[in-house]
Amino acid sequence: MSTSVLSVDNLNAWYGAAHILFDVSLNIGRGEVVALMGRNGAGKSTTLKAIMGLIERRSGAVTFEGRDISRLDPFRVARLGLGYVPEDRRIFTELTVNENLDVGRQPSRTWSDGNPAPVWTEERLFALFPNLGAMPDRPGGQMSGGEQQMLTVARTLMGNPLLVLLDEPSEGVAPVIVEQMVNTIVALKQEGLSILLSEQNIHFAEAVCDRAYVLEKGHIRWQGEMQALLADTETQRALLTI
Amino acid sequence: MTIDALLFQALNGLASASSLFLIGVGLSIIFGVSRIVNMAHGSLYMLGIYIAYSCATHIGGAFGFWGGIVISTLLVAAIGAMIEIVLLRRIYRAPELFQLLATFAVVLVVSDLTLWIWGNEDLLGPRAPGMTGAVEILGRRMPTYDIFMMFVGPAVLLVLYWLLARTRFGRLIRAATQDREMVGALGVDQARLFTLVFALGAGLAGLGGALQLPREPANLAIDLNLIGDAFVVVVVGGMGSITGAYLAALIIAEIKALCIALGAQTIFGVSFNFSRLTLVAEFLVMAVVLIVRPYGLMGRAQGLIRTLAIPEEPVRAADAMTKGLAGIVLAVLVVMPLASAYWPYATVLGIDMLIAALFATSLHFIKGPGGMHSFGHAAYFGLGAYGAGLAVKAGGLSTMPALLVVAPLAAFAGAALFGWFCVRLSGVYLAMLTLAFGQIVWSIVYQWETFTGGSNGVVGVWPQGLLADRSIYYWLVLALTVSGVMFLRTVIFAPFGLGLRAVRDNPLRAAAIGLDVRRIQWIAFILAGTVCGVAGGLYAFAKGSISPETIHVGRSIDGIVMVLLGGLQTVSGPVIGGPLFTLLQDTLIRQVSYWRAALGIVILIIVLVFPQGVVGSIAHWRQWLAERARRPA
Amino acid sequence: MSVLEVAGLAKSFGGVKAVDGVTFNVERGEFLALIGPNGAGKSTCFNMINGQLTPDAGDVRLDGRSIARLSPRQIWSAGVGRTFQIAATFASFTVIENVQMALLSHRGEVYRFVGGVGPRHREEAIALLDRVGMADQSYRSSRELAYGDVKRLELAIALANDPKLLLMDEPTAGMATKERNELIALVKRLVVEHGISVLFTEHSMDVVFTFADRIVVLARGRLIAEGDAASIRANKDVQAVYLGTGKVFERKGAARPSGAQAP
Ligand SMILES: Nc1ncnc2c1ncn2[C@@H]1O[C@H](COP(=O)(O)OP(=O)(O)OP(=O)(O)O)[C@@H](O)[C@H]1O
Ligand SMILES: Nc1ncnc2c1ncn2[C@@H]1O[C@H](COP(=O)(O)OP(=O)(O)OP(=O)(O)O)[C@@H](O)[C@H]1O
Ligand SMILES: [Mg+2]
Ligand SMILES: [Mg+2]
Repeated sequence: MSTSVLSVDNLNAWYGAAHILFDVSLNIGRGEVVALMGRNGAGKSTTLKAIMGLIERRSGAVTFEGRDISRLDPFRVARLGLGYVPEDRRIFTELTVNENLDVGRQPSRTWSDGNPAPVWTEERLFALFPNLGAMPDRPGGQMSGGEQQMLTVARTLMGNPLLVLLDEPSEGVAPVIVEQMVNTIVALKQEGLSILLSEQNIHFAEAVCDRAYVLEKGHIRWQGEMQALLADTETQRALLTI
Repeated sequence: MTIDALLFQALNGLASASSLFLIGVGLSIIFGVSRIVNMAHGSLYMLGIYIAYSCATHIGGAFGFWGGIVISTLLVAAIGAMIEIVLLRRIYRAPELFQLLATFAVVLVVSDLTLWIWGNEDLLGPRAPGMTGAVEILGRRMPTYDIFMMFVGPAVLLVLYWLLARTRFGRLIRAATQDREMVGALGVDQARLFTLVFALGAGLAGLGGALQLPREPANLAIDLNLIGDAFVVVVVGGMGSITGAYLAALIIAEIKALCIALGAQTIFGVSFNFSRLTLVAEFLVMAVVLIVRPYGLMGRAQGLIRTLAIPEEPVRAADAMTKGLAGIVLAVLVVMPLASAYWPYATVLGIDMLIAALFATSLHFIKGPGGMHSFGHAAYFGLGAYGAGLAVKAGGLSTMPALLVVAPLAAFAGAALFGWFCVRLSGVYLAMLTLAFGQIVWSIVYQWETFTGGSNGVVGVWPQGLLADRSIYYWLVLALTVSGVMFLRTVIFAPFGLGLRAVRDNPLRAAAIGLDVRRIQWIAFILAGTVCGVAGGLYAFAKGSISPETIHVGRSIDGIVMVLLGGLQTVSGPVIGGPLFTLLQDTLIRQVSYWRAALGIVILIIVLVFPQGVVGSIAHWRQWLAERARRPA
Repeated sequence: MSVLEVAGLAKSFGGVKAVDGVTFNVERGEFLALIGPNGAGKSTCFNMINGQLTPDAGDVRLDGRSIARLSPRQIWSAGVGRTFQIAATFASFTVIENVQMALLSHRGEVYRFVGGVGPRHREEAIALLDRVGMADQSYRSSRELAYGDVKRLELAIALANDPKLLLMDEPTAGMATKERNELIALVKRLVVEHGISVLFTEHSMDVVFTFADRIVVLARGRLIAEGDAASIRANKDVQAVYLGTGKVFERKGAARPSGAQAP
């Protein structure tokens, strides 16, 4: 994991006048799955949004595949191969499953070293999420909460991203599907994709993540191997309240 | 009248349906995607006609005419794109409907620009080269061009349908309609998408205008006359459904044709001229459709729409500084008539400004805290004015009871009746039903000459006795305005106001904690209407006469502009917005010849400098400074 | 005696049978979990019990009285509180105003046109917020809350009418493990102390297996199993359609999937 795909240096972010993130720095290597943990309101979602360019007021450097993306519009960031799955799903309720997927479609891309990145099609995604395959023409607004959750992940994958920012994907999804999601993430990882995962479910994080950062009140308080975090009950109690 | 005549009129209706469809469809597309109520849509259409006229007369010949149609379409599309890029793009984060204010300013500017370029005479274009003849149908002659027009509507419909339902561009548009930020996060350049959509909608308006050239003269009144028709088509069809828009255009055009064909008829011994109905036919159709099908003929309930707008802050009671300021302003207002020794006009202008404040506050009450965007608030103003005026003229009442009892009562009755239907809808549908009721009231007043005096209105309604003194009347206006404003303000902070805001924020949640959503909205509607009636009554006695203008949609729009100017999301906004708008309008009309353009430009500047409305922006800055001071970054 | 009786409840959307003849009871003071795969019809059941949707067939009785065709408003006054799967609060309110609104509605004080809201039921609102651990955020604007906090606020709102029955659609989604357990422990305490009955859905099996008195399992709109934690956990059908191997919610069985090597 030598080449770093995404590196964030001293990221600060504000909502209006409220300062939310304080000098957050993190690093993700090619094919690495990294957990971003912390209790409610710690700033996990804000970090992901700020990386994506969805927060107006921010400062600090964000480098993706060697390019500075800290001043780019979200759509340019996405076109470079950064996928974003929001925590509140935000599927297009008037569009069908197929149409939702089509909105996410982007050309296939290659890594900075010239190797092709994984390419996603509807067929592959339906194999991954059979629920979706069973209802390709159902409007998003008429799907259950969990079905929508699967759709939002699938929609982002349609953009053939190199790195995915996943905000609590296991939330509201049945355990069997979470298991599938674990397998999916592992499969994505094997294809060389990197993932930054905001997660509260430590079992889920444990099953897929290599390393973890723990946020508290907008500061990074802990970082290291996932295994070390699992062993460190003191940190878990203090920062994750487990 | 024969069956043949009826059929012939029905065919004629098909041609009108195409024009009507072209008027509405562009608006529908723009609104659907950007949530912008584009008041300038009629202006774009008007530019289409004028540009086509210039092409047809200057270039001349078949190329001048048909090429002119293409040129108008493209040129107007480009103007639309420019409006989006230069103006609207800067204010997408402003609160809902604020963009309406910007497009209204564009209406004013375009109107004077057109006057300046083309003059104020009606310009009749040439007939379409190659289609100057007529075809004999059912023993009557129908112009070839009308037959051509019949097919234009469906053809445009097919192309647009294909574009929106079958192409990726269409899917992106529909997705962006709901959540443009998310579309951006998926790699779509949504800013460009929006510009394209705006250009498309504007281009359609231009096309519609240009095609209309052989059928009606280009004139300066088109812009506002048309916007009502356009909204009706969009809403009756169902937001976002272009097929619905065509269907709506067809139904309305056919009903109008039918009314003309029927002409004067005697039913059960009562003679009635159906052609009079054409004035309100579309609004009647709209009211009926919306009552039966709340989302229009082919529309569906909208899912949650995510806007970029900054959400509303919790309302907080005025702080000491604001209260102090209000006290000073009030003191100045009380002594204002003394100034009339130096400036006689002060009292007259003061009365107008105060009435505007009351009018705007009552509208703000249902728009802001109530979340019900009324486009027909002038109806209650007019009911109050006519109620008071007729009570004096026809009923022989004296000033005070007319003002304090009849005016509010008349408005109360209207608001209770119309409100009952309106609160069954939400969003634009509600807005358009209020517009429809407004138009219906207007046309009744306009046509019921024996009672209301028709277009002449009621004259000689001057206050009696002590109140005949301008200064004393001014103090009465001041007292009533202050009480009205304070009353509505108290309600906003009282449990009922909280309930009203709860219903606006989240009706689902509100119902689940036991709030009666419709009842709360209905009561709010009635309160606002009643207070507005008082403003109308004050207006009647201030002017000494009332005309149907009092109820015209133009006044409703003025009200919206006042509210937005002050700031939708603040409780004190309308108190500033109403007088400010009146002052601007009054000053400019008296000083500048192209006053509309001047007013438009002033509004544009305000829009760009104060994207939350004047009061809203000031409050916003103050809060920002306070928070900065609290935690130094 | 049963507080809630659901009998033969059914609802279709177009051709889709979202709920297809579901029958179960909630006893007084019971903490009943309704679980099942995504799209099983749980939220649809909730929406019918709560009056948001009208059932195609079947009946819902609260304390023996049919509430199946009443409006949400009437059902709230009958003593049913509810939280939504996608948390719903009043975004332009402060946190405390959200709770005050519910209290005002419960007391029948909505139609008061004078007198500010500020002091009304303030102590009570703060007490409710305190119960869900939100008292220190009382005066924040509710739209800027983190998602987990919105969920807790929603619970406080739902508790405002002293409900007999609380319907909670995924109450702990988006919360950290400890807060999750604390919140459910709190709800459980309400069940025990005040005799409130709770019907809830959850995809977090830690919570369900630790706290639920009884579990009802729904799949494709039908009831497929019913029983206590141990029997549900051992049920092969439920494992197949819903629980899977259990590795994502059980520490002990957390075998790493093949392919994910420790770094
Ligand atoms: N739109 C907003 N305006 C102001 N403050 C906000 C806004 N959204 C979030 N916040 C605040 O920012 C902080 C961080 O929120 P964030 O959503 O990033 O937390 P999180 O770690 O993702 O929490 P959760 O696990 O609950 O999703 C919180 O204190 C929250 O109240
Ligand atoms: N308005 C609707 N129109 C059509 N189908 C719908 C509608 N609402 C729900 N459905 C369908 O009904 C089924 C049941 O949905 P429901 O929301 O009850 O599931 P759920 O059990 O709550 O799932 P989850 O755990 O994912 O929230 C789903 O397949 C869903 O797609
Ligand atoms: Mg979050
Ligand atoms: Mg559900």
